[in-house]
Amino acid sequence: MRCRRCSKPAVINMRQHKLALCGEHFLGWIPAQTQRFIKKYEMFDPGETILVAVSGGKDSLSLWDLLLSLGYEARGLYIDLGISEEGYSSSSLAKVDRFVEKREGARLKVVDVKEVYGKSIPQLARERPEQKTCSLCGLVKRYIMNETALEEGAVLATGHNLDDEAAVLLQNVLHWQTGYLLRQAPVLPSTHPRLAQKAKPFFRFYERETAAYAILRGIDYIYEECPFATGATTIFYKELLNRLEGRSRGAKLQFYLSFLRAREKGFFLRMLPFGPERIPSVNEGLELGECERCGQPTTAPGLCAFCRLWKVAEAEVG
Amino acid sequence: MRITYRDKAWELPGGMTAGDAIKKVGLDPEAVLVVRNGELVTDDVILSDEDEVKLIAVVSGGDGEVS
Ligand code: SF4
Ligand SMILES: [Zn+2]
Ligand SMILES: [Zn+2]
Repeated sequence: MRCRRCSKPAVINMRQHKLALCGEHFLGWIPAQTQRFIKKYEMFDPGETILVAVSGGKDSLSLWDLLLSLGYEARGLYIDLGISEEGYSSSSLAKVDRFVEKREGARLKVVDVKEVYGKSIPQLARERPEQKTCSLCGLVKRYIMNETALEEGAVLATGHNLDDEAAVLLQNVLHWQTGYLLRQAPVLPSTHPRLAQKAKPFFRFYERETAAYAILRGIDYIYEECPFATGATTIFYKELLNRLEGRSRGAKLQFYLSFLRAREKGFFLRMLPFGPERIPSVNEGLELGECERCGQPTTAPGLCAFCRLWKVAEAEVG
Repeated sequence: MRITYRDKAWELPGGMTAGDAIKKVGLDPEAVLVVRNGELVTDDVILSDEDEVKLIAVVSGGDGEVS
């Protein structure tokens, strides 16, 4: 197969776009597309500070690399979850450190969950066998990402790709989680002074494209999965979607884009007193209070889910 | 040719496309990238006996970020 632009051997064939490209043209195409979607979805402006949540994996390191190369003031945030199983957290941090060493001026902030809050994710999870490790971990990460972005006055950017988004969409649709459907978007504007704006600049790329970008850019990312990811439902949904994609080119992309169009038309909007034309946002249709301890918006009275988590943990210890 | 994927390895005869080789070892072509002799290639390339092929998993999992 040949590159559509220059007829050199192609390194990737993006069947959903009927587009095969060589390394050089692919490395030009990805940033141009990303820039286009940053603008189109009003994710952030050139002068803004961006906080990229990095895990050491292919998506987040590629995103950081790309935003830096586009000239954005992009800083990294690594959350040390304290997952010592298979040396996961330490080897992923080592990848991030190496990435930073190679890039002059790249600024990284590391938040060590155990150091700051007293317990690592596996410790927390052991205390709560009834809850899935990934959902606890997700709660903690989202909280820290938001707090840090606010501290830095930054827009939060995550490396979610189309496969991630489509898998979550499938999961939400199978359970008709309409509240989650309303909040699933490439960009979530800040709707409260304690909520940072969040953006997913890679949401249109297939996972194989972000992996190819990382390989071609020589980014040394953590290839091993987090030990808690094995058997995770997200992976199962991704496999299902890939089988669908194998049968019908572009199925994943269409699934997600049709959802976005329906969402833009207001299909998932509740009729609110101020009219359905308002942009659906993170707290649409929800009464938000403020957490008594940290001030982050919450739908629950009293403490937010994050503070409740640590409060219970403290009570159990003391 | 020799094909590796994570900690697995196979020996297959040359003459088939990378896509067929992927299916032959029981993987989904959608879920892997093909690196032949150190170079990323598309899955329609025909592999020869001497090729060293590394399949790279692209699917990652974890937090289904639902909120
Ligand atoms: S796989 Fe689960 S536990 Fe591991 S980092 Fe991702 S969300 Fe956290
Ligand atoms: Zn080319
Ligand atoms: Zn709180």
